[in-house]
Amino acid sequence: MTIRSLDDLAKIREENKHKVGLRESGQGKEGAAEILVGMTTCGIATGAKETLEALTEEIKAQSLENVRVVPVGCIGYCFSEPTVQVNVSGEKPVFYSKVDEEKAKEIVQKHIMNKEILKDSVLETDYGKA
Amino acid sequence: MENVKSQENKQYRIALRNSGLIDPGDISDYIAFRGYEALGKVLTEMEPAEVAKMVKESGLRGRGGGGFPTGLKWEFTLKAPGDEKYLICNADEGDPGAFMDRSILEGDPHSLLEAMVIGGYATGANNGVIYIRAEYPLAIKRLQVAIDQAREMGFLGKDIFGSGFDFDLYLKLGAGAFVCGEETSLIQSVEGKRGEPTKKPPFPSESGYMGKPTTVNNVETFAAVPPIILNGPEWFQGIGTETSKGTKVFALAGDINNVGLVEVTMGTTLREIIFDIGGGIPGGAKFKAVQTGGPSGGVITELDLDTPIDYESLKNIGSMMGSGGMIVMDDSTCMVNIAKFFLEFTQDESCGKCTSCRVGTMRMYEILEKITNGEGTEQDLINLNDLARSVKDTALCGLGQTAPNPVLSTMNYYKHEYEDHVYNKKCTAGSCKALLSYSIDPEKCIGCTACLKVCPTNCIDGKAKEVHVIREDECIACNACFEACKFDAVIKP
Repeated sequence: MTIRSLDDLAKIREENKHKVGLRESGQGKEGAAEILVGMTTCGIATGAKETLEALTEEIKAQSLENVRVVPVGCIGYCFSEPTVQVNVSGEKPVFYSKVDEEKAKEIVQKHIMNKEILKDSVLETDYGKA
Repeated sequence: MENVKSQENKQYRIALRNSGLIDPGDISDYIAFRGYEALGKVLTEMEPAEVAKMVKESGLRGRGGGGFPTGLKWEFTLKAPGDEKYLICNADEGDPGAFMDRSILEGDPHSLLEAMVIGGYATGANNGVIYIRAEYPLAIKRLQVAIDQAREMGFLGKDIFGSGFDFDLYLKLGAGAFVCGEETSLIQSVEGKRGEPTKKPPFPSESGYMGKPTTVNNVETFAAVPPIILNGPEWFQGIGTETSKGTKVFALAGDINNVGLVEVTMGTTLREIIFDIGGGIPGGAKFKAVQTGGPSGGVITELDLDTPIDYESLKNIGSMMGSGGMIVMDDSTCMVNIAKFFLEFTQDESCGKCTSCRVGTMRMYEILEKITNGEGTEQDLINLNDLARSVKDTALCGLGQTAPNPVLSTMNYYKHEYEDHVYNKKCTAGSCKALLSYSIDPEKCIGCTACLKVCPTNCIDGKAKEVHVIREDECIACNACFEACKFDAVIKP
């Protein structure tokens, strides 16, 4: 559709607003979950594509329906790539560092399915934003 | 979008606000995070001059290196006579070690497109060009997808937001010449000519692309524009130092634990960036210096680590902001060698148009090579200093004018290292191979033959259980014996 006014824009924003809550603070629709994978040149070079595929396959294998895998840009933590952010509705988003295919499967099985955070792989991030 | 800047956060992100949070290939993600709202506001509620004024009042300055006030640049173009004007985005990121623009282009391409339409409106331009280096294939792909989506939704094209304003843009791929980051060379290159600078004045705002008034802004500069429109100039004014507002993205590289991109408010100290955010130096090594501003900047030593960073303060300590590359060096780094490394880069990238840069950078490089080879003389040190100063004063464009900076700043802060190379034929950091002489400590050597076996030139004499000796004239200083010895018997200078 073509946007002709600020009202048109506001409508589209409203339809997608749930993404903001879920990604920024974990406020989203009950049962919704998302896994964001940093997919810029640097992430891909360290294996983010394989990570993304492993996540998608595991979600399929476990027949999880409300979990989306989303390719995103990078958060600048090059030293810990590939990085993954897990957003589960009702929980604070969690960042994971150096997520290879094995760890990707573990994230789905433990974090998504059993609400068990992989403590050793958590990446502490510290920034505010505009 | 929360507008809370907490004191506890070490980083504050404006340019990178959406990177890592949105799918760059999905315009609805960008819209969810208030994307294109600033554009809608500008086109439906503001006059072009008001937009330029707002950006001017915010205090935003060019993030590509120059630090020129963005709003002022926009006003110049807006006021320039003529009804055909252009807006160019400089995405020709070429500083070794800097990749913040790539990260924005790949992670949040719509923020650039939105800001460019705003910039077009504010400067009276209906056409835009994104000059992007061909070495960024993924960024190019994602930008093209974003451009197609923006066109489909009417954010690019005719009568945007029903305002009657038309704007469209296209991608121009650069061939990766460093000099094309300089705006006049960049314009030449967009026109299909050879990428060489032209003299200023006339400035691009009077006569740029095709002789028409043109504005050139960097990716990171553009990325800060939509939040300024949405949150107001006062909000941006409130962040940073007296002369430099907002935030700056730095690319941390070199001898540092947390290699990556950081975005901090202006006025953060280098110590906070390197030690708090960057996690310090790996392997317990000691910090020696940090190079900011890439090949155009200078080294900053331990003494100046507590300087709050802004455009002016970095200049005062002999370096510059540049595009935000930050190369950290530990104490195994030879400063003469570092100057040589940057000069090798600039002499290679010099376009050759003006003599002082073409010949000057080459001659400086040759002198540095002589010094690192242990053949330098006192006269070389004098010549190097004179040459650096005259190239700085006489080169045509920014590339040549700043190329001597690594030499001047290392000669200023590490003069003793230059003198050691010249007078004592010694490289204390142990990195100039021609000046390294390896030997074996007869007290510690037990005659195990480990070094003898790994020596690629067979220049170590000795038998089992006898003290070994290195024949210095044949040694190539490869360090293999040093690494092989389990008894610390190999002495490295």
